[in-house]
Amino acid sequence: MKATALCAALAAAVLVSACGAGGRPEGGGAGTEAEVGITPTSVKVGAHFPLTGVAAPGYSEIPTGTKAYFDFVNAAGGIHGRQIEYVFRDDAYNPTQTSQVVNELVLQDQVFAMMGGLGTPTHSAVLDHLNSEGVPDLFVSSGSLLWDQPAENPMTFGWQPDYEIEAKIIGQYVAQNFPQARVGLFLQDDDLGRDAEIGARRYLENQIVAAERYTPGNTDVAPQIAALQAAGADLVIGFNVPSYTALSQLQSLRLNYRPQWIYSNIGSDPALVGSLLARFSEGAVTDAGLLEGVLTTEYLPGVDTPDNPWTQLFQRVWDAHGGEGELTNYRVYGMSEAYTFVQALQAAGPNPTREGIVDAVERAGGSFTGPWAAPFRYSADRHAGISGVQVTRIAGGTTQNLTPVLVTDNGDAPIREATGAPTQPPADGIPDVQPAS
Amino acid sequence: MVQQTDRPSTRSAPVRERRFRWRPRSTFARHGLAVVIALVVVVLVLEFTSPFRNSQLATMSYYAIAAAGLTVLTGLNGQISLGHGALMAVGAYTTGLLLGPEGEGALPLPLVMLAAAAVTALVGAVVGAAAARLHGPYLAGATLALAVAVPGLAIYFDHTLGGEQGLRIASPDVPGWFDATIWFLFAHETPSAKYLAYLGWGTLLLVLLLLANLMAGRVGRVWRAVRDDEVAAELAGIRLGRVRVLAFVVSAACAGLAGAVLGVVVRLAAPSGFTIVLSLGLLTAVVVGGLGSLAGALLGSALLVFLPPAVTNLGIGAGLDGTQAAQLAPFVYGVVLILVMLLAPTGVVGVLKTVWGRRRRTR
Repeated sequence: MKATALCAALAAAVLVSACGAGGRPEGGGAGTEAEVGITPTSVKVGAHFPLTGVAAPGYSEIPTGTKAYFDFVNAAGGIHGRQIEYVFRDDAYNPTQTSQVVNELVLQDQVFAMMGGLGTPTHSAVLDHLNSEGVPDLFVSSGSLLWDQPAENPMTFGWQPDYEIEAKIIGQYVAQNFPQARVGLFLQDDDLGRDAEIGARRYLENQIVAAERYTPGNTDVAPQIAALQAAGADLVIGFNVPSYTALSQLQSLRLNYRPQWIYSNIGSDPALVGSLLARFSEGAVTDAGLLEGVLTTEYLPGVDTPDNPWTQLFQRVWDAHGGEGELTNYRVYGMSEAYTFVQALQAAGPNPTREGIVDAVERAGGSFTGPWAAPFRYSADRHAGISGVQVTRIAGGTTQNLTPVLVTDNGDAPIREATGAPTQPPADGIPDVQPAS
Repeated sequence: MVQQTDRPSTRSAPVRERRFRWRPRSTFARHGLAVVIALVVVVLVLEFTSPFRNSQLATMSYYAIAAAGLTVLTGLNGQISLGHGALMAVGAYTTGLLLGPEGEGALPLPLVMLAAAAVTALVGAVVGAAAARLHGPYLAGATLALAVAVPGLAIYFDHTLGGEQGLRIASPDVPGWFDATIWFLFAHETPSAKYLAYLGWGTLLLVLLLLANLMAGRVGRVWRAVRDDEVAAELAGIRLGRVRVLAFVVSAACAGLAGAVLGVVVRLAAPSGFTIVLSLGLLTAVVVGGLGSLAGALLGSALLVFLPPAVTNLGIGAGLDGTQAAQLAPFVYGVVLILVMLLAPTGVVGVLKTVWGRRRRTR
């Protein structure tokens, strides 16, 4: 117990001596500190992804793609002489854990910016934190409208087409090409389903006979599929994540229910859905054959089009800098985000600051070109991502385009065809954007 | 099941009196002194560690509050609960509803936290009333149902509770007087992360003080009596049902407070944050630390918070890529758990006590 007494005495001594600090000096501390996460030779970016747990299949591949592209850029000398250091951490798709790992990234790793953090519930846990700390929160990997609130969240930017515009484009396609169809909606019961329903009803209000919602986590979708069948829906639009594509397919197979299926882009990756089908059916269904003839949308080149120059670039990058495994659509997604980030960093100029990169994306982001099919909607008062998709059909393990790229915006903005030819990657595979200021 | 657990010893009390004569006589004063010393240590640690360590300590504080409550229930009263994660959810959601996403026009934070504890205690009373009739695996099953059902409720009432995306919770601003005091003492700024750590640890110390007194007093003796031999306890005139419900209520109130701290630290209450994994994590913390001891609950919570990132960073240091390193953490965690169960079933505190006892005997 002497030790305790000693500790107490010591603590008291420290307290007394520390009290000498006294009052606070006025107006101090506004020096010209170096920007957090930036050195003359490096820039550090962070991200959170589900690397373990239920959401890990597919999504855990995205940061490996991003990292491979950054390594490719670093091997070519980096951006303005800086190597990009990319740190991604596991949040297991649990918002409590997201908040912990983002603390680690911001406070411990001292990242300059966040890039591509994945998930709506997970990322919304750190939205306020990143904005109040003034950390650029670029290109969130989710189609929620939450990332497009520049007045409230000035540091946060969306990236992929939001669910509302995707649903609008699908809705118009169905109204034009299946005017007699009795339409059912199969929706995830959160922003994903809600935003999508708003978009779809804009064109299909009179055709919709049922809207069924499932709760993520509950793997029994039999009631929903049976209700769609009972309502006589002969065309079902699904806004759901990949595992629910597999579950809805298996369930409709069981009920001998054969509507025309249309899945949103996030739920339709044939390779992942195929492997999930095999797992859920315990081997009874072995590939994505069930998805034959299913309609979906696209806004990035896929690995099923090896002749696309962008796919060729990404294949080259993956072969040179990738880890284990093949190039997948998820890795293409990660590389495309990385490609956008490189443009943002170039636009921020040779001496990037946190404010500066946000400013640069607002000024120049609308004209960034890359693998994405339609332009971004970035401006000083919009932080919304890619503005369009094209409708495609899955056939023979690849996809056929049914429409040209269609672009639109939220609300009652009209849908029109994208102008301009498809973009070509630069010869060296690295974008070249001039400083925006 | 409970018979094998380590029982806090009360035998050596007379010896202690002689050894440490300078210690205050009354239990309350002794615990109070310990808390004051702990408070000084906490202040020093928080002031001289990095903001990231502060945020980790804030995380540890809410695990520890809940684990301390669970220790009282499981270690002292012999009731098992797999539903404490759900009770934390009740506390977090109550906090979220009362504070709101902007925090404007809201009640003062201490009041909100008390309300969270009170609401959760009420839920605990209901669950406890059901639990008092159940034993062992049946009780585990019933509380497991709680852990599964409560996050579902949040999704069902999505208009008030925010569904899958959850309720955003305003993080409290650092009060001016607090900031000024810290500046006066240490000439340090008080960023939000540090203030949250103070909030969490302040609450934790208060909870520990109350629980330690409860355990040392008549209530604690009654709880232990019920745990050790319910027939004897009943013969002695103890009403088992009432005692069990009370234990559940106290434990639930702690979980509610922990949920409130979690809410303001994480700034969000979402169903995916309160899965069965959280409940199991708390139970793990209690068991690994040492069942029935508050210090054990503290140690176990530290393990929950500090082990996974340490393992991940070791993995990255050893040349694994990010994904592999992330997968290493749950694996190592499992291995540690199995090793503790095999080699030290009384937990860390149990081992320390054994070692201490041996040293004293050989002197």
